[in-house]
Amino acid sequence: MDVNSAFTQPAPVPSPAEEPGPVVSFRNVSLTFAGPPVLQDISFSVAPGETRILLGPAGVGKSVLLKLTNGLLRPDEGSIRLFGEEISHMPEQSLFALRLRTGMVFQEGALFDSLTVRDNVAYQLIQEQVADEEIDRRVREALHFVGLDETFKFFPPSLSGGMRRRVAIARALIRQPELLLYDSPTGGLDPVTSTTIIELIVKQRDVYHSPSLLVTHRLQDAFTMCTHRFDAATGGMISLPKGQTDPNTTFLMLSEGRLIFDGSLHELVHSQIPFVREFLQ
Amino acid sequence: MAKSYPLMSHIDTLLQFHIMCSHSPPLWNSSPSKRREKCLEGIRAPCAILSLRAAAALSCISWSGDQMALETIDKTAKYIVLTVQDYSLFAWRALMNLFHPPIYWPDFLIQSDIIGVGSLSIVVLSGLSTGGVLALQSAATLSAFGATAVTGQFVSLTMIRELGPVLTGVMVSGRNASSMASELGSMVVTEQIDAMRALGVDPLRKLVTPRIYSSIAMLFFLTIVADACGILGGGAVTVFMNNQNGTQYFAMAWEHLRFPDIVQGLVKPLFFGYILSSIGCFYGMRTSGGTQGVGRSTIQAVVTASVLIIFVDFLITQVLLSLFAGWM
Repeated sequence: MDVNSAFTQPAPVPSPAEEPGPVVSFRNVSLTFAGPPVLQDISFSVAPGETRILLGPAGVGKSVLLKLTNGLLRPDEGSIRLFGEEISHMPEQSLFALRLRTGMVFQEGALFDSLTVRDNVAYQLIQEQVADEEIDRRVREALHFVGLDETFKFFPPSLSGGMRRRVAIARALIRQPELLLYDSPTGGLDPVTSTTIIELIVKQRDVYHSPSLLVTHRLQDAFTMCTHRFDAATGGMISLPKGQTDPNTTFLMLSEGRLIFDGSLHELVHSQIPFVREFLQ
Repeated sequence: MAKSYPLMSHIDTLLQFHIMCSHSPPLWNSSPSKRREKCLEGIRAPCAILSLRAAAALSCISWSGDQMALETIDKTAKYIVLTVQDYSLFAWRALMNLFHPPIYWPDFLIQSDIIGVGSLSIVVLSGLSTGGVLALQSAATLSAFGATAVTGQFVSLTMIRELGPVLTGVMVSGRNASSMASELGSMVVTEQIDAMRALGVDPLRKLVTPRIYSSIAMLFFLTIVADACGILGGGAVTVFMNNQNGTQYFAMAWEHLRFPDIVQGLVKPLFFGYILSSIGCFYGMRTSGGTQGVGRSTIQAVVTASVLIIFVDFLITQVLLSLFAGWM
């Protein structure tokens, strides 16, 4: 894939509201639905250019945490800051403007079944009444980036699971967001397709350096992201030299609604926390 | 809070008495009559304790049963109040969205096509049949009084004032409230609504507001169609089956129509359109529990919308009749 030809639109201009501090910041966030707490006293931050991988077994509250990040859910307690703005109690109407600066890839893609791939990817642009020619050009670039040029006129039900995830990534990337949120982008996919998706995420990370928060329970995906980089010359992902890891890719781990680990890959594999050891094994 | 069981305290007293008895001097030191008495007491006391324990257990069961019933009533009442509150806020916001940008005008046209044009066939068919049935039934009854000439008046007034709006409301609700609930419900369970919010688009503005206004507008016109079809159906039955004069039928149908009848017939669909669409969207948007939840929402939407339409029809009729009391 030719990276230079993909996404030729200008890089996003940082909004005046953006602070030099963390892009996302959680402080003592707790959330309870009916029953025991889903998240308890969660504190962490995502710095500009940083990729944070949120690990944990299924049903531990990872997706909930991701939805809290862009205000799709509200915490019971604590503070969440997105681009420097407190969003815990922000009205929904104000959140819509803030969410335009983020891109989110949902667990199953969450594509609109009744719209074509073109209209799905261009959803935000259509709402903003961008000219059709401009929409077509940008959609083709986004689809080229994820390697799905031929799906322009297809409807989502005719795509495979992996293709739907890639279309969802294209939709999240089309406006070049300042923060990317990936909710189990490889969940339920075969290893080859998973690697394709991880390659796209690594490419996005290394080409655009956008901060991101990625939720997964697949260790191999997390380790691949940390030990590989995108090579523009080959258009693919290559391993970093042995012993090297991407310094901007770090890990969080959730267990029973609590954040039990926050650190680098080296710290993760040498952690003495019993749950982390058990999870890694 | 600690719960008190009055019967239990009596049992405790009795138990204490039994313990005291068991610690009293041995029986062989007593007289034979006293011994017999003591023996009987020894039998009676445990029996009394057992029966009291059983009574107490029953009392506890009954008490906890009452408590459970109260809790159920409490939960149900709270659920109903919260649902009404949620619905009121939802419906009000959806209605007010028309007065603040962004307004998705193309979606209004798309929904008008789906709701209005899509429901045309069922409204025409049900209108024709209902008018025909009305003419058949009324002619049979009116002939007993030699008043078959007023069949036209009977059919037109019944269709325009009552059956046209209610029938259209219920038919369109069966078709569209269910469709709205299942469509939006599916979008909720597949995270499409969350995706829409994440893409910076308000689902209430994009999905609900166009459906509500389109339903109101379309039900207004569909009711007119149903009224016209009902009168035509009645006319066809009158002429071809009852062998009466068609001119007389239509003349009676037209001449006895008054302004309040038309107003009654055309005000109702505005309310019914609002009810069926807001209820359909409301149940769709609060769907939970996967595909089963979608089915549940659809049923709830249709049942609630249909019942509400009939109930609100009663209220509106009452209000309008009192408003136009002088005209009638």
